[in-house]
Amino acid sequence: MSYLPQSTLKVLEKIKFGVLSPDEIRKMSRVQIITAETYDEDGMPIQGGVMDPRLGVIEPGRRCPVCGNTMHGCPGHFGHIELAKPVIHIGYVKQIYDLLRGTCWKCSRILLSEDQIKEYLSLMERLERLFPNLKPRLIEHIRQKTAKVQECPHCGAKQKKIKLDKPTNFYEKDKGVRKLSPDEIRARLTHIPDDDVRLFGIDPKEARPEWFVLTVIPVPPAQVRPSIMLETGVRSEDDLTHKLVDIIRANNRLKESMDAAAPPIVIDDLWELLQYHVTTYINNEVPGIPPARHRTGRALKTLAQRLKGKEGRFRGNLSGKRVDFSARTVISPDPNISINEVGVPEEMAKLLTVPMRVTPWNIEEARKYVMNGPYKWPGANYIIRPDGRRTDLRFFKDRKALASSLTPGYIVERHLIDGDIVLFNRQPSLHRMSIMAHKVRVLPGKTFRLNLLVCPPYNADFDGDEMNLHVVQTEEARAEALELMLVQEHILSPRYGGPIIGGLQDYISGAYLLTTKSTLLTEEEVMDLLSVTDYKGELPEPAITKPVKMWTGKQLVSLFLPPNFNLRAKTSVNAGRLKCEDEDCFNDTYLVIKKGKLLAGVLDKKSIGAQQPESFYHWIVKEYGVDYARFLTDNMFRMFIRYIEKHGFTMSLDDVEIPPEAEERIREILKEAEEDVAQLIEAYRKGELEPLPGMTPEETLETKIMERLSRARDQAGEVAAEYLDIFNNALIMARTGARGNILNLTQMSAALGQQSVRGERINRGYRGRPLPHFKPGDLMPAARGFVYSSFRTGLSPVELFFHAAGGREGLVDTAVRTSQSGYMQRRLINALMDIRVEYDGKATLPDGTVVQFSYGEDQVDPARSDHGKPVNVDRIIERVIGHEL
Amino acid sequence: MGKKTGSKLDVEKIVRDRAGGRLPERIVQELVEKLEEYKSKLDRKKVEEIVDLTVREYESRLVDPGEPVGIVAAQSIGEPGTQMTLRTFHYAGVRELNVTLGLPRLIEIVDARKTPSTPMMEVYLDEKHRHDKEKAMEVAKKIEHTRIENVASEIIADLYTNSIRVVLDPEMLEDKGVTTQDVVNVIKKMNIGNVSVEDEYIIVVELKEEGDLSYITRKKERITNAKLKGISGIKRAIIQTRQTENGEEYVIITDGSNLAQVLKVKGVDPTRTTTNNISEIENVLGIEAARQAIVNEIMNVLQNQGLDVDIRHVYLVADIMTHTGRVRQIGRHGVTGEKESVLARAAFEMTTKHLFDASVEGREDLLKGVTENVIVGQIVPVGTGMVDVYVDARGMMRNQSSGSGEGEA
Repeated sequence: MSYLPQSTLKVLEKIKFGVLSPDEIRKMSRVQIITAETYDEDGMPIQGGVMDPRLGVIEPGRRCPVCGNTMHGCPGHFGHIELAKPVIHIGYVKQIYDLLRGTCWKCSRILLSEDQIKEYLSLMERLERLFPNLKPRLIEHIRQKTAKVQECPHCGAKQKKIKLDKPTNFYEKDKGVRKLSPDEIRARLTHIPDDDVRLFGIDPKEARPEWFVLTVIPVPPAQVRPSIMLETGVRSEDDLTHKLVDIIRANNRLKESMDAAAPPIVIDDLWELLQYHVTTYINNEVPGIPPARHRTGRALKTLAQRLKGKEGRFRGNLSGKRVDFSARTVISPDPNISINEVGVPEEMAKLLTVPMRVTPWNIEEARKYVMNGPYKWPGANYIIRPDGRRTDLRFFKDRKALASSLTPGYIVERHLIDGDIVLFNRQPSLHRMSIMAHKVRVLPGKTFRLNLLVCPPYNADFDGDEMNLHVVQTEEARAEALELMLVQEHILSPRYGGPIIGGLQDYISGAYLLTTKSTLLTEEEVMDLLSVTDYKGELPEPAITKPVKMWTGKQLVSLFLPPNFNLRAKTSVNAGRLKCEDEDCFNDTYLVIKKGKLLAGVLDKKSIGAQQPESFYHWIVKEYGVDYARFLTDNMFRMFIRYIEKHGFTMSLDDVEIPPEAEERIREILKEAEEDVAQLIEAYRKGELEPLPGMTPEETLETKIMERLSRARDQAGEVAAEYLDIFNNALIMARTGARGNILNLTQMSAALGQQSVRGERINRGYRGRPLPHFKPGDLMPAARGFVYSSFRTGLSPVELFFHAAGGREGLVDTAVRTSQSGYMQRRLINALMDIRVEYDGKATLPDGTVVQFSYGEDQVDPARSDHGKPVNVDRIIERVIGHEL
Repeated sequence: MGKKTGSKLDVEKIVRDRAGGRLPERIVQELVEKLEEYKSKLDRKKVEEIVDLTVREYESRLVDPGEPVGIVAAQSIGEPGTQMTLRTFHYAGVRELNVTLGLPRLIEIVDARKTPSTPMMEVYLDEKHRHDKEKAMEVAKKIEHTRIENVASEIIADLYTNSIRVVLDPEMLEDKGVTTQDVVNVIKKMNIGNVSVEDEYIIVVELKEEGDLSYITRKKERITNAKLKGISGIKRAIIQTRQTENGEEYVIITDGSNLAQVLKVKGVDPTRTTTNNISEIENVLGIEAARQAIVNEIMNVLQNQGLDVDIRHVYLVADIMTHTGRVRQIGRHGVTGEKESVLARAAFEMTTKHLFDASVEGREDLLKGVTENVIVGQIVPVGTGMVDVYVDARGMMRNQSSGSGEGEA
């Protein structure tokens, strides 16, 4: 056998669209369906009914009378229904309308002179060749032109006005109004010559106009509309089958009436009914007619509905497909596995398999798996013989014999084992980092385990999030996953050319606490910290030798830095009172690394944080590669976590408590603001308030009050911050960027401040007041949602209400936003997805159209750029001579 | 300079010798500049090392052939969409102006709407007007659309005397730079009756024709809305100071936009004046300007929201919208709707319409794009899927026993 998969030999080159002609429908039909009955009393399908066995077998064990295959091999076969009278195809009503208006009722020629016809045909031919995009414009022009013509240039007949009464009734207006029957329409369409048809943008080879009026309809194979058995044993038919039965019933009644020469009114009514059924069979959401309903009142899902929409055939089954070898469960954190690993529950590992081709080199391993069987990990679930036959190990008794019968060429579907490559995904998959390749670690438990550092690209947390896992099955897929999709290949985001993976929360607090000046570690502590890493070298000289040997945290960090790494950078804590402009920094807030030694400064969010471009971590990734970056996250970062674990880190009520004198000062500040607001209101009431340009006095007042109150809250926050100890845990988190900000602290210890809805102070509710606790028209801060309390002191009932009102707006906002931005992204993806870079750096569409002659104007890959720049010259100079500066 | 090394270091020569042709000129210049700065700390070897490193780094940063840059761009702009706000903001420094920013504005831009929900202009002034507040005000008054309504405190229709009284507000006249005579002239031009000035600020219009209530109210409306001066569409013009390369200068910010007319106004600097109405820019300045406007507007929204997105992604979005020579919407009536492939369009929106139309036209889908190939289950033509190996597979199988297969182009 060749190693070339069969599929590579067959490539679909194109798909042609067209309309089925009545002849074709009859030709591809295996049986004419004539009766509305489906099954007889014994439950056997009736010959000539919609469940005729010649339409394909779907029951197991039966053979198809047409092709002789069982249900697995039989592709199904079409049938057809001969309509007693023609009906309009609802999908082509517009074309029929245009054709009727644009052609002569008498001679069926297009309403253009011979010269014009010739001219337009040649123009159309040229357009098709040179500017295919413009063809619709020409067709539209012809359509409008022909619809206006009064007299036929060919036979001279005076033209009548055609009216379309949606959805399917055509009328001719001359002196009176006369309905055109589908019969007549079909006759007129039949007589339009091919060249005239072409001028309407219709290809007569693929779609003759008369085919738009149905005389025969195809009956799809049983496979397309399988019936389902309910537990009660009752057969429940597919919606399409129901509709087909309706059509046959209406058709037969019409035929009988015609044979019996019934009065025309009766015939017309039945004809109308047939039209209705055929229309709803094709599309059950046509405006203007009631949708056909199931007995239960549910609208039937007919042909158009099957294709349309998110769950339709196109978006639901063709653009996105359901797959095997996938799993989903809750995620939980595990800081002890590598960032490119994923913990998989053993239970799952026993169900997910990897096909393993038996070779002389792995035959012993393969035998071991087969012997373990499907229930003992690591085992195997199936073996596939070279002839393609599958053996299910669940039902095979003598596995030992089977194992020894293995020879090279067999395929063993073995369980997932450590080191297998899988794809890991969290929805919504908004960017490519939402699906990355991980290496499997089979672990006890029932959840997926992932390293905390990969939370940012997935946007995952552990409050109940679930994630999906896919096991790649082919060697090609595995190679691509390993080379292109592995986690470390995605540390740098193509969005902004910086790391998206990096430290967060405790990693940052831990790094700060470890590297801060005051941290000194005994030999025992150093050993403990290094024990979670793979560090194998000697300990450096201790920073302090007497009375006991002590090391600094900076020394430990330096153990993991490349020996020629230089960097000078500001830190997150470099702010406010601790601000420093250069490396001569008493506050230890300016990061200095020379020749791989961390000399001064602390590590915090600005250096090791996620989504921090041009940071310590970013330069490490860029200059020493992604594998070194992974080495750091799996060693140095793990050490940070170990340190914070030993050190202990929490936040308590004490951390947001401020002394009584501070509270007094805050009260004072708020009172002052309140008085100022009272004055503003007073001025406004007297009409003395100078309105701001372009604003009413009311708006002016509101703006001024808001300004004054937000200033008051800021001042209160500053006071509170003054009294917070610099080693206060909450403040450490805010300063280092680990979590929270000063505003959060202010709200906890000083005052919540103004609550707002739609950017205004809260004013909805009762007439002139938000709550009945206030007088109507009270404009004071308390009556309009200003919260004086802090989270620590607790809110009064009224304050709580205002806070809830403001909080709800945020929730609504998020809900609205996700749907809007989701749709925008879908459109962006759809518009841009075909663009790719050519070998010469052009950005092109698949047909060769050039979108950009040089991608991004400089052909630089944003993911490889230095935060957008092709090269950061400053950084290169720093790399080479940074240690001498 | 160069004391340590003794000899003079010709940085530029070293850089050009080593990097010549391998680095873009911009980077060469930056390199020379920065190296000059550090000259005292450098010797020849160091400079060479830096130049070589720069070249090596630069060459490793070029984009790979096949890279699906479109998808990356769409994701890079779409993903941060979830983090944007929905609210409108007050324009920086001007409290009375609202600007739509955030997600709604971004959607508006990619929708290629004819008019933005909050049209706005930044009118820069020429040398004569930009440094003087008075002169800047003069231009602003010329631009601002002023109707009689804006300067009148009252307009009364008097059915009894068949006349209309316009009571002017002296303060507003002053503010808008209009005189009573201006108003009189405008009303006279309308030719609807005899105009007289009763008091300094009261104008009486005796209508020519007798009419009923609805007639007189109609005339009153006409007077109310009559244009005194300015440019239609500009509801308001505000003066701001701004730091630019010309130092501090006065700039006019307008509520409403009319680029074509504003550019004609004397005192306006047409080279820097801009609007947030992309369709106006397309009509007045052309497609290249529109493309740049799209880039500027998207970057402005993203930066305002504090979102970091590489400008190359924005370029690509702007280019796919404009590369045909007119601005196309990202969506069913634009880029996607004009796709060649039937399947790609059907998979996006209006599935059945595209299928019916395709059948009538007898269209072929050549399966060249990404969606089409996903649909039929083939390899997509981007990334590693772009690579084709030209092999006669059947020939290879035939020749397997006899030796190596023959390649065929």
